[in-house]
Formats: sequence, C-alpha cells, structure tokens
Amino acid sequence: MLHRLALVLGLTVAPYMAQAAGDVVAFFLDNGMQVVVIPDDRAPAVTHMVWYRVGAGDELPGQSGIAHFVEHLMFKATDDMASGEFSTVVEANGGSDNAFTSWDYTAYFQRVAADRLGLMMQMEADRMRDIIFDPVEVATERSVILEERAQRTDSSAGALFNEQMRATLFLNHPYGRPIIGWRHEMEALSLADAQTFHDLWYHPNNAILIVAGDVTPDAVRALAEQHYGPIPASPDLPVRARPTEPPHIANRRVDFTDQRVANPYVSVQMLAPVREPGNQAEAAALVILAELLGGSGQTSLLARRLQVDEERSLYAAAFYDSTSLDPSGFSLVNVPVPGLSLDEAEADLWRIIDDFLSDGIDMDHFERIKFQIAANDIYSEDSTQGLARRWGMELTIGLGVADIESWPDVLAAVTPEDVMAAASRLFTDPVHVTGHLMRPPAANAEISQ
Amino acid sequence: MIKRLIVAAFAALFALPASANIEIEEVTSPGGISAWLVEDHSIPFVALEFWFIGGAVLDAPEARGATHMMMGLLEEGAGDLNAQDYATAVEGLAADFSFQSYRDAVVVSARMLTQNRDAAADLLRAAMTTPRFDRDAIERVRAQVLAIIQSDARDPQEIAATTFNRLAFGDHPYAFAQEGSAETVTGLTRDDLVAAHRGALTRERVVVGAAGDLTAAELGALIDHILGDLPQAAPPRPGPADFALEGGVTVVDFPSPQSVAFFGHAGIERDDPDFFAAFVLNQILGGGGFRSRLMGEVREKRGLTYGISSFLSLADLSPGMLGQFSSSNALVGEAIEVVRAQWADLAENGVTQDERDAAIRYMTGEYPLRFDGNGTIAGILAAMQSDEIPVDYVTNRNSYIEAVTLEDLRRVAARLLQPDDLHFVVVGQPEGLSPGN
Repeated sequence: MLHRLALVLGLTVAPYMAQAAGDVVAFFLDNGMQVVVIPDDRAPAVTHMVWYRVGAGDELPGQSGIAHFVEHLMFKATDDMASGEFSTVVEANGGSDNAFTSWDYTAYFQRVAADRLGLMMQMEADRMRDIIFDPVEVATERSVILEERAQRTDSSAGALFNEQMRATLFLNHPYGRPIIGWRHEMEALSLADAQTFHDLWYHPNNAILIVAGDVTPDAVRALAEQHYGPIPASPDLPVRARPTEPPHIANRRVDFTDQRVANPYVSVQMLAPVREPGNQAEAAALVILAELLGGSGQTSLLARRLQVDEERSLYAAAFYDSTSLDPSGFSLVNVPVPGLSLDEAEADLWRIIDDFLSDGIDMDHFERIKFQIAANDIYSEDSTQGLARRWGMELTIGLGVADIESWPDVLAAVTPEDVMAAASRLFTDPVHVTGHLMRPPAANAEISQ
Repeated sequence: MIKRLIVAAFAALFALPASANIEIEEVTSPGGISAWLVEDHSIPFVALEFWFIGGAVLDAPEARGATHMMMGLLEEGAGDLNAQDYATAVEGLAADFSFQSYRDAVVVSARMLTQNRDAAADLLRAAMTTPRFDRDAIERVRAQVLAIIQSDARDPQEIAATTFNRLAFGDHPYAFAQEGSAETVTGLTRDDLVAAHRGALTRERVVVGAAGDLTAAELGALIDHILGDLPQAAPPRPGPADFALEGGVTVVDFPSPQSVAFFGHAGIERDDPDFFAAFVLNQILGGGGFRSRLMGEVREKRGLTYGISSFLSLADLSPGMLGQFSSSNALVGEAIEVVRAQWADLAENGVTQDERDAAIRYMTGEYPLRFDGNGTIAGILAAMQSDEIPVDYVTNRNSYIEAVTLEDLRRVAARLLQPDDLHFVVVGQPEGLSPGN
C-alpha cells in the first residue's frame, strides 16, 4: 500500500523560489582574481575561502607532495604575522580555519562571524605573497606531513591499495602520484622546493575567492578590492599543461597482500571522460550510469543482484569522479561474502555489467534517480559551506560560471539512450586495471588483543 | 563511537545569541509527545531527529550487538514492503532516512521534501513501528555486521578505543563494543532483534528536534503519526560504570609503522559546579583547532604527530577525560612524555590569563556559527533535550563560559588533571615501551 502511495505521487520536484541562498554572483577583480558570492542570511556567519588553481597534479617529477607541503607551510610566519598567528587570530575571533589539497586545487578557508570578513581577507591576502619559509619550520613541518602520511596511508591497507591502483591506472599523468607524496620524495622536499612552487603559483590571477553566508555581493566586492585588489597579477603564471595519458592498450593487475586486510575485495578501474567547459553531457550520462549500477546500497543493479538476490556480495558499488581537470576514473568494487574467491567476485562484476549492456535500463529506476538528483538541489541549499566547496572545485578544474549553473539542467536532460551509449563506450572492450586486495593465508588468526 | 557521542554532547552546549535569526518553539503534540522546532520556510524540506535514550547498553550480555543490528534492519523491510520495495519507495520520494546506534542512544534522522512529506512520514513510521525482520534481511545484515567486527579487529584506532574501554569498565556494558562480538552476533535470533526494538524505541525515552519547512501544528500531527504506535514504557538503564583503570601504559602489538595512542582517566559530570571551568580547561589543553597546548607542544614544536586532541567524554554512565593521537613507532614514547608533562604542568600551574581569554573568546564567538542549516539545527535541538537542558539555557550559556576565572581554571586543573592516573593504550610496535604495564 505504501508503495502505491509513492507511485501515485509522481516523480517531479515541485518548482520553488530559493530564498535561503540568494542568487550566486561572480565577477573578477582587475588583477584577475575571480570572486564568487553565495548569499545566505540564515546564520550571522560567513565562510571565506581562497582556492588556488594548483594541486598535486601540477608538481614537478620528483617533488610529489610539494603542493600539500606548501599548504601546511602557509600557516607559518609572514612579514606581518608570527608563525601560527593566523590560526590564533581566527580562533580568538571565534572562528575556525583549515586548508586542503587535491590534485587539481589547494584551498584555504575560515568560518567566522560575518563582521570579521575583512580581517580574514587581510590575513589571507598577506600570506598569498608574503609567506616566509623558515628552515626550522620547514624541517618540523616535514616531520608533521610524514606523520600524516603514516596515519592516513601507511596505517591502512585499503589506502595503500588505492594508492597502488591509481599509480597503475595512470601511465603518464601525475594523477598517478599520491597527493600526500611518496615517502622517499617527501623526505627530500626542501625549503627551496617550497619557495619555488609558491612563487610560481600563488598569485591573485591564479586564485578564486569564495564568500558564502550573511553578506551582500557589494560588500564583498568592496572588501576584496581593498585587501586583494592591490596584489599585482603575475605575468609568468604557467599554463596548467600536465602530461597526458597515452591510449591505454593493455589491461593491468594489482595484487596487494596485507595482513591488516579484514575483508578482501576486488576493484576495477578505468579511465573516463570528465566535465569539460561547454561539454558536460557525457559526464552527466556517466554520473547517472554510476548511480544505476552502484549508487544505492539496496536498489542499484550491483547491490540488488549481488547483495540481495544472489547473496554473493557483502558490498558492491560503482564510483565515478565527474569533476576533475583531466580524465579520471570510473570504478567498480565488489566485496564477496566469505567463501567466494576474488576471481569469482571479479567475474560477478563483469557478468552484471554484461547483463546491463544487453538488458538495458529499468525506466522506473532511471526516473527515481533523476528525481533524487533534482531533490538534491533542494537539500544542498541547506549547506552554503557545501555550495561554496562545490563552486571552488568546479571553477578550479576550469569550468565556467555558465557550465556550473547549467549542470543541473544537463543532468536533467540525460536520456536512457545517452546512458546506454556512454556505458557502451565505457565498457566495450574496456582497458582496465583490476586490483585484488588480499590477506595472507596465514593471517586468518585474529591479529590483536 | 565514543567520539561521535561527544561531538553530539558538545553541540548541545553551544547556545543561541540574540543575533541569530533562530527561535526555538516548544511543541507538544495532541498525543502528548514533546518536540523542539525551528521553523524556516526558505527551503522546501524538513529535517527531523529522533533520539531514543538508552542505546546499545540495553543489550543483555548474551545478546550484545542486538540493538546495533536491529537499527541496521529498520530500513530492510517494514509494513507490507520487503527490503527492496521499501528502499524503492523511499528513493521514489527522495526522502533520506538514517538509523544509527550508539552506546547511550539510538538515533533516527530524516529529511523529507515538503511536496511529499505525508507519504515519506508513512514510510518512516513503518520502519520505526512495524519493521519486518525478514529472515533473508537478517542474514544479510548479520554478514555485514560480522564484516564490520572483523574490520574493527584490524583497525588500530578501533583496537585502541575498545581496549581502553575493556580495561576501564570491567563487566559494565561500556566495556564492550556496541556491535557485539562475532560469537554474540552469530547467535542473535529474530526474537532478540524484536526484543531490542521493543526496548530501544519507546515514547518514554524519545526526544525530537525538527527544523525547516513545517509549522508547529504540522509537526505535532507528524510526530503523533510517526511515533504514536510505539510503546510508552522503556526498560531500565544500567547503573553508572566505575572507571577502574589505573595509570600506566598498555601496548597492543600491531604490525604498523605508526602507533595509535588512546589515553585518559576519569572525567567530570555535566552537572558538576566546575563543569564549565573543565570545559574551558579542555579547550586550552587539547580542544579543536591548532592553538591548544597539546597541538603546540606535540605537533607544532616537535613534529611528533599530525594531530592530537583531548576531550571531555560526557558518556551518560561514566564521564571521562580522554585524548588520542598517532605517532611513528620511534616517536610515540617521546610524545607520551610530552602529554604527561603538559598534564602535570597544567595541574600544577594552571593556565595563563592569555590562554583563558583566547579560549573564551573562541568558545563564545564560535557558537552562533553552528546554527546554519536545518539538518544541523534539528540535531542540536535533539541533543539539548537529551541532556535535559532547558530552552532558556541557550541565552545564558555564554555568560556561564565568560564567568570562568583564572582561579576556577587553576582549581579545576588541579582537581581534574591527574598525570599519574593517565593510562595510555598504544596500538602498534612502539619503540621503548614495553607491553603490558
């Protein structure tokens, strides 16, 4: 009865006027710094972010980890502030701050009361050009990032496996290197490396300012012109031309064994196109393909067939990263129930994919996914911090404001035929990397305690 | 799990300033269920939080894990819908339900679009009042729980926390992981799950937070519909847990280049007259952010860790003063000495006026920033009620923080921080630390 109720309601999101988040406003300062304002007056707070169009994908060979290392060092002294003073001032004003680095971007953010926005801009503008790299700080902070690597990567069999999978998937592109860096290269990162990297990339014409919260675009423009406006553009800003992938012509395998593995699994990864300026249709079809195959833990094709109907998997899913600067990965994962081998789990994945290619799309399922994607636009209005982060990611990978604003419409326009065509391109004679994460036969005994 | 409860508990302590555009309405439904609501009609959905106090500690010793597994089964079939049909119906409404189990509570969170709220409420009601516990769903979820238990047994963070709890709490339910053991989970029957459901979800123990596109009258009708058929009376909760762990170091051998340390000693009750002083003290010692004593001494000055924090655990049945960090095996011994030295320094010398002022500026400035979305607000409202904090508390909270003096901090540091009582559970292959004590 409940099911019927759901069906008669139709699958269209009612139109509504967004009142929480006002219209997003984007513009450029004269020095080339891009500015995006996302108004939301529900709480007297702002999120202030500066994103640089540089990340681990822009590092020189042999310097893996330098983008992330520079991010850490940006919290040290400038000509105007002592080491650590940045965060001290933020906290003394009741705010919080942090930063993050990916392959395509490096971003710094603070969340503070709306009337402290100017102070945040003053400090962020100061460290854009006037950070001072000190030899003692560099040595101590290098130890911190090595501990970070130990904690996040070396202590986790799954993280090490993912690192190996990426390194294998990308033959030539720096996406194959870990953001945190390879340990042996991190140990050798020098003050001069950091200085050179910072000098090259940290300029207003390579930066995006995003302010979300209880502000008006006019107020943000005035403050931005005051604090960021005086910083000159760099005439020598490099073009982000990374090494590109040659055609993938050979399947590859990663067999990784670690005694810390609790539940062995198989992962299949392949290159896939991503959102491009003016051309987001293929990526939109792949987003929906990933949802159909492995989005929901109950009703997606992989979950329904392998977990529920056949009871051969503990977990089966699909992932696709639509938002990166260069072509990135589409992946399938299958954690078999105890007693099934990884070879069988691997065959199960391809069997379901083959069935999908021949059977086509369940239209009810397709409509539900489209409805959920539309509803997510409503739910996402609830977090202006989330919206700010999404805009930052999208702009740093080279999308324009028009691309970003049209993305919901591009997703809504995807047809089942589009999805099947994208699936066919992706899965017909796919060249892929297959990884098995295993535990050694002797490690079946409990490890600890 | 411990840490998540702490986060929730602390969230309750951040109050509303006069300047926040937020007004909490106390709602009593026609059926007599009370709820707190923040109305905001700017986005067409509502966020609901139902906290049922009690949680996994209600499990009988031979059925440990029943509450955790029961919560995992609520969305696996309800009313006349099997698991597949139920998930399909929820997705068809783009509703979003989550069913979580914790040591001291089980939590149901929901987001529902205004345009189909009644139909979504029907589905949520079905999951909470008439879950099916179908045989195939039980076996599927049991296999998932067993995989989690296996995974936790190989996760150094989990091993550290569970070892600490086992050593600290003897036979009390706090000594055991809420997921249960492979043995108890394998033995759980459908009757155990039905009993866990009957015990955990009761009207007597529920608190409700709501925020979004909904009026008080609509909320009253909604919660009567969703909760009305739940039983009223709840089973008794266990008594307080004695903190039985003495100072020292316990090493758990684990093959990893880095050691995880989980440490602490007994804490302070929320209704203690010195609670706010302890709250400020912890902020200075190891609260969030980069400026704490522990971050400064262990990370910024010495590079011994990526992150270190301390926290007041406000677990209902045994408060703790706890902390955690990870350090390379060669460095963890030094890091432990630095932590002990900071503990001793604060206990003996208290904090500086600058440290007090900075912490209070941060704590009082940060609070209005938290109330920035329906989902967040609904959670905070439920957390406040679970802590039995009155609505008017929110306007006074900052004055309690600001009233904490340097002398208060000195007194509470000397009383609360006991360097000799600190026990460190170290999971890894630390150099220079011997296993056992």
